[in-house]
Amino acid sequence: MAVVVKTPATSAGPLNVARIREDFPILAQTVRGKPLVYLDNAATSQKPRQVIDAMSRVLEEHNANIHRGVYEFSERTTAAFEEARVKVARLINAPSEREVIFVRNATEGLNLVAYAWGRDNIKRGDRIVTTVLEHHSDFVPWQQLAKEVGAEIAVVDIDDDGRLRRDQMSAELRKGAKLLAITHTSNGLGTVNPVKDIAAEARAAGATVLVDVAQAVPHTPVDVQDLGADFVAFSGHKMLAPPGSGGLWGREAILEKMRPFLYGGDMISRVTVKLTEWNELPWKFEAGTSSYVDAIALGAAIDYLNEVGVAKIHAHELSLVAYVLPRLQEIPGVTVYGPKNLESRVGVVSFNIEGIHPHDVATIFDREGVCVRAGHHCNQPLMTRLGVPATTRASMYLYNTTGEMDALVSAIHAAKKVFGV
Amino acid sequence: MDDMYRDYILDHYKNPRNFGELEGATHTYHDSNPLCGDEMTMQLKIGDGHVDDVHFTGKGCAISQASASILTEEVKGKTLEEVKAIDRDHVLANLGIPISPARIKCALLGLKALKGAAWGLTAWPGEEVKR
Repeated sequence: MAVVVKTPATSAGPLNVARIREDFPILAQTVRGKPLVYLDNAATSQKPRQVIDAMSRVLEEHNANIHRGVYEFSERTTAAFEEARVKVARLINAPSEREVIFVRNATEGLNLVAYAWGRDNIKRGDRIVTTVLEHHSDFVPWQQLAKEVGAEIAVVDIDDDGRLRRDQMSAELRKGAKLLAITHTSNGLGTVNPVKDIAAEARAAGATVLVDVAQAVPHTPVDVQDLGADFVAFSGHKMLAPPGSGGLWGREAILEKMRPFLYGGDMISRVTVKLTEWNELPWKFEAGTSSYVDAIALGAAIDYLNEVGVAKIHAHELSLVAYVLPRLQEIPGVTVYGPKNLESRVGVVSFNIEGIHPHDVATIFDREGVCVRAGHHCNQPLMTRLGVPATTRASMYLYNTTGEMDALVSAIHAAKKVFGV
Repeated sequence: MDDMYRDYILDHYKNPRNFGELEGATHTYHDSNPLCGDEMTMQLKIGDGHVDDVHFTGKGCAISQASASILTEEVKGKTLEEVKAIDRDHVLANLGIPISPARIKCALLGLKALKGAAWGLTAWPGEEVKR
């Protein structure tokens, strides 16, 4: 394979977006003759060549099952897999890679905690504090756990700007809580919660702190020690890696005490007919053959993000929000949900056009080459809170441009024209 | 000009026919599409085995509302057995626009509610327990 030496995707100053876009083969496509404008990054991100190549390399050059074979290919794949774990640990500043568990996605990580920790630690009458901003993956597991054991669940509201009701959060935590389950960054509105402060209050109240960082890790620097979290979970596919890769981080002392989540191969140290001893961390929680190709590709995605700089990606997204928000707000009939300023937010903009259902909006956008999400975004409690069945959501990432923001605005005008509103 | 949002589709969406509560309804069925938050209630007034009147209420996308509106125009005067026999292909053909796989549930929500009403269902088979 020829090695093409290119200028790095990053340099001092803002992102070199044109250069970054060259790394994403899919972005060169046209849709019905129009350039692809991909604005559904909160659902999943596109993948750079470097990640695609990392997957191909495993499969073409040294594919073999991990942690098993006593031969070179297995050892190489195992090393690459464990190296990816170290990369995850460094990215989120985990004290040890022993605390990083590979899972399929944030959903699996959150369910792992709900089953392997929740069922042993949440009892009848205990309180779980969560928020109306949660993705279903960080809400339904706790709702069901609460039902099962007879625990109480308190859902903290937002204000009209889509910010968490901080006073209400403090009040709920003061009543006592066994678990705080909170999203770092809202996938529906783009709000970034003051998790560090809230986590401190939660710990003072005796709560274990679980943070859904699925929308945070791809877009902002996340430091689990600084946050004061006990668990965090994220999905690789939202941060340039393939679906099937994701991480759960938990404090070692807590993980050590937990029972396994799934039983089977690789998670054991010794099995007899009478009893089984568990493998040590983190493999105790990784039963069966892991999605090691995806995990290794996640490592490549982290390399890519580090090279570009996650803080710079965040600044770039905010520049796009700063550009597009006023343009959306001046269109008659457009209602923007969530934060209207650049404070504590990421590049997610949710809106509706009066008189047009979001699914019709997205269908017309599709014809303009503009990909957005229309629906409830796995945020039905939030939609209920906003008083709408659904919204249209544009979500940005490192490769999006102000030109694409213009395309978004044009697509809104096209939808309004079709519907005569 | 638009292959999907044709004038008659938008007209049915903005000015739905047979829309509103039906007084003296003998058959009523409510359905929804949680994916998009569409809501649909179909009401039939059956006398002597025929559809004397039909109304629907609901909110949702242009496709679901127009499809339901067109359907109500068609079923008036039909026998209950004829209503029960309407199938999806017929509804899609009547709609007369290309429907992508992602929008098929929108296009068929009216039919689903109509059939639920015609058959006197309280819930569709398989959807009796939703939670």
